[in-house]
Amino acid sequence: MNLAAPFQYSFMIEALLVSALVGTVCAILSCYLILKGWALMGDAVSHAVLPGVVGAYVLGIPLAVGAFIAGLTCAISTGWIKANSRIKEDTVMGIVFTGMFALGLVMFTQIKTDAHLNHILFGNILGIERDDLWATVIVSIATLLILLPLRKDLLLYCFDPAHARSLGLNTNRLHYLLLSVLAATIVASLQAVGILLVVAMLVTPGCTARLLTDRFDHMLIVAVVVTVLASCTGVYISFFINGATGACIVIAQALLFSLALVFAPKHGLIANKRSLR
Amino acid sequence: MPERLSIEVTDVTAVYANGHIALRNASFKLGPGTICALVGVNGSGKSTLFKTIMGFVRPAKGTVRIAGGTVEEARRQKIVAYVPQTEEVDWSFPVSVWDVVMMGRYGHMNFLRIPRAEDRRIVSESLDRVGMTEFKERQIGELSGGQKKRVFLARALAQRGQIILLDEPFTGVDVQTESAIIDLLRELRDEGHIMLVSTHNLGSVPEFCDQVVLVNRTILAAGPTETVFTEENLSLAFGGVLRQFHFDESTIQDHDGRTVKLLTDDERPLVFGKDGHLEYKDRLGREHLVKEREKEGRD
Ligand SMILES: Nc1ncnc2c1ncn2[C@@H]1O[C@H](COP(=O)(O)OP(=O)(O)OP(=O)(O)O)[C@@H](O)[C@H]1O
Ligand SMILES: [Mg+2]
Repeated sequence: MNLAAPFQYSFMIEALLVSALVGTVCAILSCYLILKGWALMGDAVSHAVLPGVVGAYVLGIPLAVGAFIAGLTCAISTGWIKANSRIKEDTVMGIVFTGMFALGLVMFTQIKTDAHLNHILFGNILGIERDDLWATVIVSIATLLILLPLRKDLLLYCFDPAHARSLGLNTNRLHYLLLSVLAATIVASLQAVGILLVVAMLVTPGCTARLLTDRFDHMLIVAVVVTVLASCTGVYISFFINGATGACIVIAQALLFSLALVFAPKHGLIANKRSLR
Repeated sequence: MPERLSIEVTDVTAVYANGHIALRNASFKLGPGTICALVGVNGSGKSTLFKTIMGFVRPAKGTVRIAGGTVEEARRQKIVAYVPQTEEVDWSFPVSVWDVVMMGRYGHMNFLRIPRAEDRRIVSESLDRVGMTEFKERQIGELSGGQKKRVFLARALAQRGQIILLDEPFTGVDVQTESAIIDLLRELRDEGHIMLVSTHNLGSVPEFCDQVVLVNRTILAAGPTETVFTEENLSLAFGGVLRQFHFDESTIQDHDGRTVKLLTDDERPLVFGKDGHLEYKDRLGREHLVKEREKEGRD
């Protein structure tokens, strides 16, 4: 087996670069999601994009647009139902996203699919098409351009929304901005890991980083490093086993998380044991 | 600085979403260089009044004017800083004491929120003023309850608001920290700030507040401490629920004279003289009162 073989193919180089880019976006967003307690929201929105993707396919518009609209619809209608009924948010979310996902599945089976739509469910970065590649790159960069300048405002919003408001920050706008960025990030990750596994990209990086540091700035950096490493490892390994790239990336993420869980210097299991003694 | 610093609450009625009227027809006015105590029983509407002044609760009737402008204008001009009764934050959040106090400066930074040397100076000065400098690197959850309170006080100081609203800053704070905070408030008063402080610690009110607002779902009385903080008004506000110690009904005898010692564990005692006069802890600086009382004694 030639370990350098993957690097001889331009599609592999592209896949590595794109997955590193997508991983960076996911990693940064994930730090906010886990601190805001929005892990379930990530799961919900990612499932809810399915009817949007299929609908966009039928209408012949870019899949990313359909996915984005459906994802945002899920998030916003969840907020609306919660505000106008007595049901708790997580419960509402459970109803809305499963409903939308089921609708997507029915649409999915009703139309003549090609392999293309299958990729949306499971991701297929090694066989990614030109249009989708560019859509992924553009959405990722746009998301980064929104997240990075606003990272401190978003941090304050997640930490203490009342104080953010008293300082004159528009917390409503930040709320919807974070939701939109979530939907956009999911759109960007679809090609890499697929609908079913996106939530792993939205939750694991932040959790791993959280175990390793107590400073938010460091958390962002650690999350990005860990995720880029996991993404590239996943793509690299999937070349040899010939497929399931998304799953390989997610397994790599989970392994790195387990390592952090056990060996993290301050919050790891071993450190906890030691401090108990 | 705004032309003339003031808080004007006029005929405010505050209603919560569930229809509960927490405050009815409340009116009072504060000018610059004031420490005003906000006193009332649990549920009397103290926190509600703060939230109304902050614009978090919109008055169903009446107006709040700050420095002559609306609440929104005051927010834009960064006039008001607010320390809520309880911080509803996730204490495991990965931010340090320094980071939290720096958040108080966000309003003064550009949109990228990059701190300048000035911001760092103010943050470190604010931490110093509440005695939390040595904890600045700590993660926010690794502090005691009183230390957490001090950090959020420092954040309010770092905002450099001309008006500071403190909702029960002394609850769960030790005696030493309490007097440090009181000294700090006095300094700020001398600099011309307005401070509105809610407290259940009645004994300390005459010691550092020059104005008092008594609330019980409306404003019962508002004005200078000497005239408003009377036994009569307090029984109106508390309806006889205050603990009392009547010297003439106690085992204390005449020969004990005035050498009786009063100890309390966390709250300062509030002492009224024979005719319901407010009595102070220190004679120092209140020589005129001592003289007056003496004269009354002779009459
Ligand atoms: N979010 C809310 N929704 C509905 N009612 C509320 C809400 N917050 C407070 N209240 C009610 O409004 C009244 C005034 O509450 P507030 O918090 O202003 O009291 P307080 O004077 O600050 O009391 P404490 O001394 O206990 O802090 C209470 O009867 C309370 O039950
Ligand atoms: Mg209160």
